[in-house]
Amino acid sequence: MNKKTTNSRTTESIPKTLSGIQGLDEITHGGLPTGRPTLICGSAGCGKTLLAMEFLMRGATQYGEPGVFMAFEENEQDLILNMRSLGFDLKKLIAQKKILLDYIHIDRQEIEETGEYDLEGLFIRLDYAIKSIGAKRVVLDTIEALFAGLPNEMILRAELRRLFRWLKDRGMTAIITGESGDKTLTRHGLEEYVADCVMTLDHRVQNQMSTRRLRVVKYRGTVHGTNEYPFLIGEAGISVLPVTSLGLNHEASVQRISSGIPKLDEMLAGKGYYRGSSVLVSGSPGVGKSSIAAHFIDAACRRGERCQLFAYEESSDQIMRNMRSIGIDLAPWIEKGLLQIHAVRPTLCGIESHLVSMHHKIGAFKPSVVVVDPISSLSITQDEAELKPTLMRLIDFLKMQKITALFTSLVSGGMNLEDSQVGVSSLMDTWLLLRNAETNGERNRTFYVLKSRGTAHSNQIREFVITNKGVDLQEIYLGADKTLTGSARATQEANEALAEQRLQREHQRRLQQLDRKRTTIAAQIIALEAEMKSDEEEMKSFAMQEELRQKTLSNERRTMSRLRGQ
Amino acid sequence: MKAPKNTDHKRAEAENWILRLYVAGQTKKSLIALANLKRICEQKLENKYRIEVVDLLENPKLAAGDQILAIPTLVRKMPTPVKKIIGDLSNEERVLVGLDLKPVS
Repeated sequence: MNKKTTNSRTTESIPKTLSGIQGLDEITHGGLPTGRPTLICGSAGCGKTLLAMEFLMRGATQYGEPGVFMAFEENEQDLILNMRSLGFDLKKLIAQKKILLDYIHIDRQEIEETGEYDLEGLFIRLDYAIKSIGAKRVVLDTIEALFAGLPNEMILRAELRRLFRWLKDRGMTAIITGESGDKTLTRHGLEEYVADCVMTLDHRVQNQMSTRRLRVVKYRGTVHGTNEYPFLIGEAGISVLPVTSLGLNHEASVQRISSGIPKLDEMLAGKGYYRGSSVLVSGSPGVGKSSIAAHFIDAACRRGERCQLFAYEESSDQIMRNMRSIGIDLAPWIEKGLLQIHAVRPTLCGIESHLVSMHHKIGAFKPSVVVVDPISSLSITQDEAELKPTLMRLIDFLKMQKITALFTSLVSGGMNLEDSQVGVSSLMDTWLLLRNAETNGERNRTFYVLKSRGTAHSNQIREFVITNKGVDLQEIYLGADKTLTGSARATQEANEALAEQRLQREHQRRLQQLDRKRTTIAAQIIALEAEMKSDEEEMKSFAMQEELRQKTLSNERRTMSRLRGQ
Repeated sequence: MKAPKNTDHKRAEAENWILRLYVAGQTKKSLIALANLKRICEQKLENKYRIEVVDLLENPKLAAGDQILAIPTLVRKMPTPVKKIIGDLSNEERVLVGLDLKPVS
């Protein structure tokens, strides 16, 4: 099972055996060293036995490699019960001869040492167990119990060295567990004998929340992840979460999907979010983050896409009631199987556990849209520094799956909105900010797009109005020195309307006045023309009268002269 | 009870001690242990004992029954409670303590 490593100089690393444990094979680039023993150390209750057992069971069920489990601490019955609680039917595998369980009980009280001896009995038992089922995998859990049971440490150490060599000679891929010691990895220094691959498990409690972590301390002859990786013991066994081993090589979609709010789509170049991008909606309490989320869910379901909502503040009933009040009915989508709501308290478990349950839920439901409302609740149990890598893992995971994700984030009062989210905001592609504006004795919501990678977006601040028909984004009044929202905006708008009306009336009046004046002048023109005409007429009649008079005069003179001349 | 080889047959009515010695082949340690055991038994228990020798190389299954890890291991099956003594039995003092024979002597 040679696996190519990322290192270009070593193209082939040592043969590896897949453990089948989620995430572990990624960290180790292919599993545990084949035919060699691996030491797993950790304090009590950190999951050593479980990891070892899962290694065997996965080997037996998935890779056809039977395994022997030598238990020094728990007896068969306990182990079977413990594994059943994690969904593994150990009894069946034992019956099928895929796994052999051998419980070795040592009681110091019963043992009296009387001279030279060796541990051939253990070898014989192990050999017999391996041969009887043709085992390829072996677990010794935990061989350190021998140190408590056998008084002569010198003999024991020599025998352990022989045992590990013996296991190697037989080509057994083995897991040896050990309690962690004060200064050494294991209490009795088992790491001296098992030098090929060593992993530590750790179980820490911070702020009353427990987190398990796994680290590969050394792994000879191969590259491996060196970080501490959180792991979980869940319903399906162990899951190790590799942090950013995924790298940044997800495909970027050019497809756009609606935010569910037409005016918001308009602000984002008229098209909405990119598919597969991550969106952060942050704001102070009660600004309507969940409403934006609900619109997005509603829009996704309307397109017939599956949607997964992780709610950490409200129960699914409460969400549906509240969203109905703004005119969004999510119930039909649940009935149609398009929407799945997973509502739990954030304090239920550590953030890693939440992450794993998200993985499982997303893996099973295969949604194209995921909403987390709110991510800030998750940080209640963890400081921001730890939240970031976890979210990075989640976002990476979602991006690989081309899932569009919307996260809401609560910003508590007094904090600078932009500063407080720096930790996670750099992971986000689109960041919508909601803000409260308090003026004139009322609180109004303002909204803007703080960033949106790879797309033109409006630089405007809008007023965010929640109506019973959903969310609306209204343009706010931008005055000389101030922006106005709410009733102040309404008053301003009314005032403006009034002033406008007045102006229009004035304009009308002026127009009418001018019109009237024009009409008067026109009338005057007609009167003058008439006058002129009558004057002309008069002139003509004068001229005619004069002509007539002249004519008459000359006639009269002629007549006179004729009369005298007789 | 499985049937280990009886090496020493004593009279049945006298057998209130049953001692089982686990060995793995005829190794030096095994031989020393058996010799030591025989000697101690003859001295302390006379005829009231029976020794069973179990070779795990021949019968590996039997190792689980008495939780055998160390070789050689001597198990006192009778009288109860069951006691285990590991090693080649060369430290006689400790063997006697282990078998609860010390106060008797």
